[in-house]
Order: sequence, then structure tokens, then C-alpha cells
Amino acid sequence: MRYLLMIYSQERAGGPPPEDIDGIKSAHCAVMTEASQKGVLLGVEGLKPTSMATSVRMKNGTPIITDGPFAETKEQLAGFYMMECKDLDEAIEWAKRIPTACKGADGCIEIRPIADLPRPV
Amino acid sequence: MHRDPAHRRPATPGLNVSVREAVESVFRAESGRIFAALIRISGSFDWSEEAMQEAFAAALASWPEHGIPQNAGAWITTTAHRKLIDYSRRQRTQKEKEDALRHERDVVSVPDDSAIEEIPMYLPDDRLRLIFTCCHPSLSREAQVALTLRTLGGLTTAEIAKAFLAPEATLAQRLVRAKRKIQEARIPYEVPPANRLRERLQPVQAVIYLIFNEGYTAASGNQLVRRDLCAEAIRLGRVLCELLPGEAENLGLLALMLLHDSRRDARMREGRLVTLEEQDRSTWDQGEIAEGLTVVESALHRGPPGPYQLQAAIAALHAQAPTPEETDWGQIAALYERLLASDPSPIVALNHAVSIAMNEGFETGLERIEKLEAELAQYYLYHAARADLLRRMNRWSEAEVAYRRALGLATNRIEQEFLQRRIQEMEIR
Repeated sequence: MRYLLMIYSQERAGGPPPEDIDGIKSAHCAVMTEASQKGVLLGVEGLKPTSMATSVRMKNGTPIITDGPFAETKEQLAGFYMMECKDLDEAIEWAKRIPTACKGADGCIEIRPIADLPRPV
Repeated sequence: MHRDPAHRRPATPGLNVSVREAVESVFRAESGRIFAALIRISGSFDWSEEAMQEAFAAALASWPEHGIPQNAGAWITTTAHRKLIDYSRRQRTQKEKEDALRHERDVVSVPDDSAIEEIPMYLPDDRLRLIFTCCHPSLSREAQVALTLRTLGGLTTAEIAKAFLAPEATLAQRLVRAKRKIQEARIPYEVPPANRLRERLQPVQAVIYLIFNEGYTAASGNQLVRRDLCAEAIRLGRVLCELLPGEAENLGLLALMLLHDSRRDARMREGRLVTLEEQDRSTWDQGEIAEGLTVVESALHRGPPGPYQLQAAIAALHAQAPTPEETDWGQIAALYERLLASDPSPIVALNHAVSIAMNEGFETGLERIEKLEAELAQYYLYHAARADLLRRMNRWSEAEVAYRRALGLATNRIEQEFLQRRIQEMEIR
């Protein structure tokens, strides 16, 4: 069985407190190293903050593109695509094609750039 | 409004006035184009801003001694371009030093200097690229407006803050965030392909119209600043028409702004709002009307009109009526009906109802208006429009009640004063 482990945390302007950074980094590295050695790690990425997010929502067949993260409590995370695109417009074009409707209700695609974080060597 | 970069530094004593004026006029006329070219070359809003400021400062230092160059705009561009090359060289050296240590920080891609030197200086589409980037739908509307005024309009952060009655720090932060998002989420710096052009033109037109309305709405604030916002929006509207001449809605937007702007002097008298009906039509700007009519005419020949063209056509009918009584309300009502088909909003429906009242009779119009109550009960213009019809029907006390409800909902001081005057008129009936 494959599982998606999603990290939820509180964003702070300028990132986590400097004194916490090393601890967070080494803890991630430990998980990544061990999971990778055991062959269970399929992928891991950090996201840029929600201020970098763009939402694409279909409304009567027309895509509505807006600034900011997805923010509907009545909708739940249902899946994800990870794509290498040349720019945000290309990502938006893909997002428009991804169906979000479920049980007659429309959903939303949130596009978030992936941060280039260091990896354990 | 002063938007010359010279304004930001202490005046040089004895600085030649004509040099100052030359610098200012180059800035006004060409800063948008120069800035747009610099961004394409460097890929960085911040570098381009800095390079352009330095180039204008260099002009102030050099021109009094060496004379004003024949092609002053090109001089500024070349100087700014050289600054960009300097930055890029410096950054590269810095980067080489840091590379060994570099980790974690998201380094923005820096074009190397040889690439910068080879890129052509001007491309006709530069300003178009810039306006599409500034008005990208993944930026908030506030950010789109601020960026457009800052980059294409050449307004300072302080000037934008003043125009929108917002603290300067808020505006500055809004601009920083927007520029960061352009860079980090990689919003492209390009004219969208044909299949996406319509969709992407909408926010561009909306931003320009919003800038116009911000200047046109009789809110508080400096009258001169507001007038400048209207002029800026019209200028941007012209740029859009010039760059994308095939888009009829761009012409519609320009015509709409020109026709509204033609009534600018008539709509306020001694700080008081004057209704269209009561305006002194001899003070309407005939030059703007003539141009607006020509532009809307040429737009309407290009197929089924969009919402800006329809609104411009309505404004044109008002502009063509020598007296309020001669207004062609029948045609205005027909145009609102078409507008309603493409934009079925209750506000458009309200305007449609008012035009029906003026055309078919107050009773019919009032019935139409009152059908909108559920949707518009919290909107002051609904009550004001209803009150106005009741007034015309001599139902004074009902009119007064409706004016009072409008007054309770109006937020703009000038509009509140207008409603208070109407209430007083009703009281003495």
C-alpha cells in the first residue's frame, strides 16, 4: 500500500525561528535517510509558502484563476499531480484539465511551487 | 502629481531648469517602455527599477554639463542597460564566492552578462508583456493595480498610497510581495498566446478601468491626484489599443473612459455632486466626446459588442443628447438589455430598470426596480434610484424614506451630502 504523508504546519513570515532550523533539518534528514535505505521513500518535497499559491476553480465550465491558497473547509484533499512546467501559466493550463467534480460539487486545484530544498547526501 | 525621479532627491542648487524639465518629460513619456525593456533583459523587477532610477539620476548629473542628448530616451535606456550589466557582473562574482557555501536559499536565476549584452534593446511588445505580467490572475487585484501604476505608470509608492488612501508601508509591502510572487512562482513575462489572450485581457481591462474609477469616483482625497489617475488610466487604455488594435473591447474601454471623463468638470460644482440631468452640458469636454464617439463607432463595427463597448455606447447616447429631455432612453434601455444578457448582475438590472422608467414611464420602471429589492436591499444606489423615481412621481414622503435608507448605506461623503440635500428638498414639499 502506498501512503501520502502530508505535513501541516503554521506558516511564519521569514520561515521557522532560526534556532529551530537545524533541528528541523536534521530530523527530516534522519527520516529521509532511513526511509530511503529501507526502500520505502517514493518522494519528498517541501512547498513554497501559501503566498506563492494560485487557485484554479471551474465555475460553469469557465476556469477562475485567483491569488492565494485553496480555502474551502467543505472540500477535502483528494489527490495530487506533481509536474515539471516551464512557468506558472503552463501549470495553470494543466490544472484547468484536472477534473475536481465529485458528487455533483465542484472542487479546486491549488498550485504551489515546490521549493528546492537540500537533500541528505 | 510629481513623478519625476528627481523629485526624490534633494534639488541640486542652480540646476538648469530646462534639464530638469527634459528629464521629467522623458520620464513621463518613456519610463514605462524603458522599464518594460529592462525587465525583459534582466528578468528582475528590482534590478530594473534600480537601474532606471540610477540612469535618471545620471542624466540629472550629466546633462547640465554635456547638454541634453538628441534622443534622451535612448540615452536613459543605454545607461540603465549598462547598470544592469554591472549588477550582473557583480552578482556573478558574488555568486562564485558563495557557491561553495550555498545551500537551502532559493537563488533567483541570474542571466549572465554576455546574455544581457546580446539581448535586443527594444521590442515592440515589451509594455504588453509587462502589463500582462502585472495583471496576471494569480496576483490579487490590489497587487495588480499597484504594480501597473508603479511600473507602467511610473508613479511612486507614495503617490499610489495617496491615491488609494492607504498607508505607504502597506503599498510598499504589497509591491514587494507581488514582485516576489512573480519571481518565485515563475509568472511568465510574455504576451499570452492567442487562445488565452481573451481570458488574460479581462484582468488587464479591469485593472485599467478600476484605476479610472478610483480617480473618477467622487470620494475624498486630493482632486489633482484623482484627476491624474483618470489621465493615467486613459493613457494605459491608449497603449492597450495601440498594442492590440484588433481587440474591439480595448477600444470600447478607451471610449467609455473618454466619454465619462468628458463630464468630469460638470459633475462637481463647489464640491457638490451634480446629477447627469442637472449638469451644465456646455462644460462637457467636446474634444473627448468627439474622440470617444469615433472610437466607440469603430469598435462597434467589429462584430458583437462586449460589455465595455455596450457601456461606451450608452455613454455615447448621453453625450450626444443636447438636453436631458432629448436623451434617447429607448435605445439606452435596449443597450442595457443586451448588457444584461452578457452580465446578468442586479446592478446592471437596476440601470436597465431606470432606463425603462425614463422611457416607458415611472410606474413601469418602479415595478421593475422593486423586483430587485431582495438582491439589492443593502446597496445604496438601489434606494437612491427608487427614491428618485418616487420624487419624479411627486410621492414626496415615500421618496424621503427611500432617500434616508440610501443615506444610511452610502459611505462616500460627497454622495452622503447629495442625499442629505435631496432629503431637505423632500421635507419642504
